[in-house]
Amino acid sequence: MAEKKKPKIGVYVCHCGGNISDTVYVDQVADYAEKLPDVSLVRSISHMCSEEGQKAIIEDIENEHLDRVVVAACSPQFQGETFKKAAAKAGLNPYMIDMANIREQSAWPHFEDRQKATEKAKLLTKMAVERMEEAEPAQAEKIPIGKSVLVIGAGIAGIQASLDLADAGFEVHLVEEKPAIGGHMAQLSRTFPTNDCASCILSPKMADVMEHPGIHLYRYSEIEEISGTVGDFQVKIKEKPTYVDAEACTACNQCTEVCPVIVPDEHDMGLTLRKAIYLPSAIAIPHAHVLDENACLGLEPLACGKCAEVCHVNAINYDQKPKEIDVKADTIIVATGYDIFDARLKPQYGYAKFENVLNALELERILVHMGEGKMIKKLGKRIAFVQCVGSRDAQVGNLYCSRICCMYATKLALMLKHMDASRDIYMFYTDLRAYGKGFEEYYRRAQEMGIKFVRGRPGELRENPDNKKIIVKVEDTLTRNILEGEFDQVVLSVGLRPSEGTIEIAEKLKLPRGPDGFLQEAHAKFKPLDTAVEGVFIAGTAQGPKDIPDSVAQASGAAARAIRLMNRGEFELSPVKAAIDPGLCDGCGMCVEACPANAIAMMGGMAAVNTPSCKGCGACISSCHADAIDLKVFTNAKIMEEIEAALEDKKPGENRIILFADDMCTYRLADGVGTAKMTYSPDVLIIRVPSSARATPEMMARAFELGADGIMLGECEPAVSPFPGTGQVIGKQVEQLKSMLDKAGIEKERVLFSQYVTVMFSRFVNETNRMSDITRKLGNIPEEKRKKLARIAKEEKEAMQ
Amino acid sequence: MTRVIKLSAANEEFTRRINELTNDMITLCEQCGICSTSCPVAEEMDIPPSEIMRLVQLGDEYVLETKAIWVCASCYTCTVRCPRGVDLSKVTEALRQIKLRTNMNYLDIDHIDPEELRNLPAIALVSAMRKYTG
Repeated sequence: MAEKKKPKIGVYVCHCGGNISDTVYVDQVADYAEKLPDVSLVRSISHMCSEEGQKAIIEDIENEHLDRVVVAACSPQFQGETFKKAAAKAGLNPYMIDMANIREQSAWPHFEDRQKATEKAKLLTKMAVERMEEAEPAQAEKIPIGKSVLVIGAGIAGIQASLDLADAGFEVHLVEEKPAIGGHMAQLSRTFPTNDCASCILSPKMADVMEHPGIHLYRYSEIEEISGTVGDFQVKIKEKPTYVDAEACTACNQCTEVCPVIVPDEHDMGLTLRKAIYLPSAIAIPHAHVLDENACLGLEPLACGKCAEVCHVNAINYDQKPKEIDVKADTIIVATGYDIFDARLKPQYGYAKFENVLNALELERILVHMGEGKMIKKLGKRIAFVQCVGSRDAQVGNLYCSRICCMYATKLALMLKHMDASRDIYMFYTDLRAYGKGFEEYYRRAQEMGIKFVRGRPGELRENPDNKKIIVKVEDTLTRNILEGEFDQVVLSVGLRPSEGTIEIAEKLKLPRGPDGFLQEAHAKFKPLDTAVEGVFIAGTAQGPKDIPDSVAQASGAAARAIRLMNRGEFELSPVKAAIDPGLCDGCGMCVEACPANAIAMMGGMAAVNTPSCKGCGACISSCHADAIDLKVFTNAKIMEEIEAALEDKKPGENRIILFADDMCTYRLADGVGTAKMTYSPDVLIIRVPSSARATPEMMARAFELGADGIMLGECEPAVSPFPGTGQVIGKQVEQLKSMLDKAGIEKERVLFSQYVTVMFSRFVNETNRMSDITRKLGNIPEEKRKKLARIAKEEKEAMQ
Repeated sequence: MTRVIKLSAANEEFTRRINELTNDMITLCEQCGICSTSCPVAEEMDIPPSEIMRLVQLGDEYVLETKAIWVCASCYTCTVRCPRGVDLSKVTEALRQIKLRTNMNYLDIDHIDPEELRNLPAIALVSAMRKYTG
């Protein structure tokens, strides 16, 4: 082998404007870095991500001929791309630059102890430098990407995203589970803070969806299956039969008139009745009748058949079957929306028990019908609103504010007052949040109209048995008096929760959800429309409660994000892929079985990786007895260097724990913990891997041999993991390691495998601290045991061969 | 008359002490008042439960002089309804404990009519001693 050129590494220590330098003595880190092998230049700069910082890197690469760069700053999740781009500008392969995460992993979580934080920052920098000694340039493979988008959900967000995409010349497949599009907005009376009629502004948009040549609408449809990746999503859509030819139907209503079956109308929240064959709503688009097969007496003409008899255009067809449609999509926009909080979960408010306790959506429907001159429920003179029902409530597990209830209740109160100025309307609120454009003025208008805002949350509602009115008892917290009053109706301003569809799609697409249950964005600040899955974007209330303007803005944004990806016509694949050395592979086929993504196949007696399908988890590596597989970018050599760097200067009595953190969940979780300034043991040193399956038993045994006191492995919980099936692989590898430890007489408690989602902050802190306590109590592993372990590991490897 | 509450280090110490006795939940109260109308005996209190919480948050020891903390029946309705998950029953118990530990007696057994003493159930005496201490 040709002798390797001696690397020239540049190290840049960032102060992050005090974020790092207030805790870590950055000069000490810089001095320390100077002495590291192959480091030819060290700079200490206030903001590395600024133009000044990037310029320094670019100039040093050009003038000083650096061939590797380590930026000791924040998380690579945060600024990794910035520095890769800077390197590329200077002609350095982007995989020759990497970061040491001394902010999220040191300055922030260890802010209480400046010296410890500095020591850890030094160690992290050293680990990055030595890892980069083994770095090799990598090239991302480019694959073509088409122009078709799957939009899931045809509420206002889905509609807006579809129209924007279709107008820009992209092909849209819009899937809606209900028989008509429009979502919740189609149920609303008016919209705040402008008071325009919801259906009047929505209808034209819905009509545009129907008429747009670029939009294929699949309503009354479900997503049965989604597989594939960006540029090549395979979608199976099941279109349920409506038994009515929508093209032919003239919505003349004769079928509905003769239908003998009566069921509650879901569009009116069950306040009115509909027939088994019905028009989903007055503004339904498509404007055609639908036959509800669950309510219908029987699709056999013998059972009833009245509707078909009267249909003069012969639009009704009892033989319609569900249709399965296969669609290929390059990107996906999830706009699956919300459901309202089920007020029955707060029994003290008597919803569904007292006839005069309504939820706000029911009042919307009552007001819509009233506007059309139809009284579906008589409303009295005294009406009260109870805010925050199902929001900001630890008792039902919803800590979040639903954001829209203050304003929709104000709107409903205003409408009630406009209809009858003699009405007395009270709003019992916790905090009034009028944060949006025009909201404060809207609130003021309500006050001017005489709506009484009382700061207090009622404990319970009672029904007066004589007149069915509702008795509200509430503390006016501003005067400390208890108020009691009887109201004709009490309206519960129910909060929002992720819809059933949102939960289902999240599972199908493996999209992480936050602690509030809504879809988690890829980055709270800078990627609010992206998800953890490449090519999948989110819009509307599926991501969190928001009003119509915010949903529309987000939908247009998500459309733009999707266009950004597709418009280039090609897409860069991650270079992190398994690579098989044909010179070493002996064709045993073990890796074929080990691959959780079925990306390895035997070809001509040798294993071959199907690069686009390979997800880059590294689970195949430990299955290869011939050491023929490596993972690009996260190579064996690099990780081994990093482990050695983490342990080689360890003094007796010191405690060090290696945590293999998967990139998607554990690494981000540790970033989150750091950002929240939650402290955990500085003994824990994080090695970033795509998946913990990448940490082979051999590698872990070697870490123990070199002096690690404990090893932790973090992986995503299966529901959110980008790598299906790695959990089992890791479990097996950990068992293998534990049996080796057992034979060497080393305690098995020194190994811990956990599956996380990115929000398990306290669990992460508890587990890292516990591991640190356990290993400190056990003390360092004696040398002879470590040597024995190395022997055992070697023997096992030989036995495999 | 409007009371003036002076904010001093002593107030912080008082809040800290209650926090310690109740697992650090005092600051979570957002003064929504749900406790006051969930409490079955609030109308018998001189200040409503929500005000007890506010005074504790402000570290105002005046709260120890209120009758409300003794009227509290520890029925836990406030606790199960508090949207912030604050255990209000624990707070009133902590306040009572602090007061009890000052060892002030207002009930003098010797001055109870012996006849009455014979007829009173033991449990009534125990709870009376507890209630009228402090």
